Amino acid sequence: MKTTDDRPKIDRRSFLAGGTAAMGAIAAGVTGASAGFIEDLLHKNFKEISPDRMQRIVREMEQEYTEKYGKNVTVSTKGAQQGVLFGYGLDLSRCIGCRRCVYGCVNENNQSRDPQIHWIRVLEMDKSKGINLEESNPYYNPETVPEEDSFYMPVACQQCRNAPCIKVCPVEATWQEADGIVVVDYDHCIGCRCCMSACPYGARHFNWAEPELAAESVNPDMHYLGNRPRPNGVVEKCTFCIQRVRNGKYPACVEICPVGARKFGNLLDEADEMRVLMRKKRVFVLKEDLNTQPKFYYFYAT
Amino acid sequence: MKENEEQQELGQDLLPGWSALVVMLMIFGVLTVITLMTLLRGSDDHVDSTAEGRIAYGPEDFPELDFEMELLPHVQEAAEGKEAGVFTVPPPPFSEEYIFPCSECHADLEVNPERRELVDMHDDIVLNHGPAERWCLDCHNAADRDHLRLVNGTLVGFEESYKLCGQCHGTIFRDWREGIHGRRRGYWDGAKQYLLCAHCHNPHSPKFEAMKPLPPPVRPQFLRTAAEVEPEHAGATEEGHDQ
Repeated sequence: MKTTDDRPKIDRRSFLAGGTAAMGAIAAGVTGASAGFIEDLLHKNFKEISPDRMQRIVREMEQEYTEKYGKNVTVSTKGAQQGVLFGYGLDLSRCIGCRRCVYGCVNENNQSRDPQIHWIRVLEMDKSKGINLEESNPYYNPETVPEEDSFYMPVACQQCRNAPCIKVCPVEATWQEADGIVVVDYDHCIGCRCCMSACPYGARHFNWAEPELAAESVNPDMHYLGNRPRPNGVVEKCTFCIQRVRNGKYPACVEICPVGARKFGNLLDEADEMRVLMRKKRVFVLKEDLNTQPKFYYFYAT
Repeated sequence: MKENEEQQELGQDLLPGWSALVVMLMIFGVLTVITLMTLLRGSDDHVDSTAEGRIAYGPEDFPELDFEMELLPHVQEAAEGKEAGVFTVPPPPFSEEYIFPCSECHADLEVNPERRELVDMHDDIVLNHGPAERWCLDCHNAADRDHLRLVNGTLVGFEESYKLCGQCHGTIFRDWREGIHGRRRGYWDGAKQYLLCAHCHNPHSPKFEAMKPLPPPVRPQFLRTAAEVEPEHAGATEEGHDQ
């Protein structure tokens, strides 16, 4: 009598893998598309791709972008550092609402220029009313800022520990990295925009059309999960400039802020300026009552 | 006959009176007008025609701003050598290049501690920093003009001017030392560059100067969508070729 052990073992995973490979082969045969193209269509989530395959994908990407933009583009896949959890501080008593951060961010992160996508939105608020999101105005444009009766609150992704956008994604195209950065895999995003409606900070943005990005404006230092050019129909958001901070640099908005209102550092390092700040100043998070637990702390230094 | 009249009266009771009909017609009319107005005026109606937020600007539209933010060479070198905790400041900002060393002119000049209107030299300085009693030699050293003088008589160089500021602004000075106040560039886990107080605050008039904000974002109703991009673009490029 034959035992079950003699039969070829086919578990669900290998069956599916075989199935997709076969599908790919069939599709390639039918459409005449290259195998690489089909493979791209079926390729796995960033988290599941093997290092070898990742290397190949990234090299192809670099080649494609280098040709397209005429610059020596590098696409990094550098992972999170051990013992690092990124946190951000913003001093509301200093911010003057000049929007340098907004455009510094666009310059760094290759957002579409038109239709316009801004990851940072600066809200003008009335000093007498305090933080009142309903009555805030993001479209202010006086001759000079700051205005007498106003204060300014820049809002971008709050990098929540308990992020609602991650929970609602039906395809796991967005997740939190080990260093706390909430990222999007643009090749996996199906553009359903559930995350946009889930985010209470309006921090996620959708590419309603093919992004427009001039070759001379491209920032060639890219990260797979960060500022590489996005396709039409995917969601994008602030990544704390993942291509910079994973290499030890400050995010672009921190460096460009003319008043030094923006602070950045490692929340797990006692001596880090973020930790000093949190010990010495009273910090708060936006919409604390929603239990999103942001790693973006607002404070008043004076 | 009598029965008929009764039926008529009954009928009049059941039908709405003229006044009720008029009221209903008015309500209907007003609703129609509101609906038509809404349709005709389109979706932009709640935005003032002069309101900002119609044009999409990008960083390219502001060539005067330094978006690249190159680090000072020695900070970059320190960072590459993985030296952590290197804090450097760029040289102090003098209004004009030729103005330092001060002793070049002041060595031959007589010391005049009097409050007066400055003529010929330093007439660009407007002193707007605290009490009326303050004058040049409260911070600048009379005997050696290339140094600043602390209250206790210690001389400090211009590259250490934060010590002078810290005499009064102690809390801000402590915040600055720990990186809470002021601007830093470089590496969050390594070499960074600080700025001196005087890089952002004119010591003679320290209030941070107001500046023109960069343009506001495009309002959603003016954001171009996939349907609009194609024809508009074609038009734009054609015009470009014609020229």
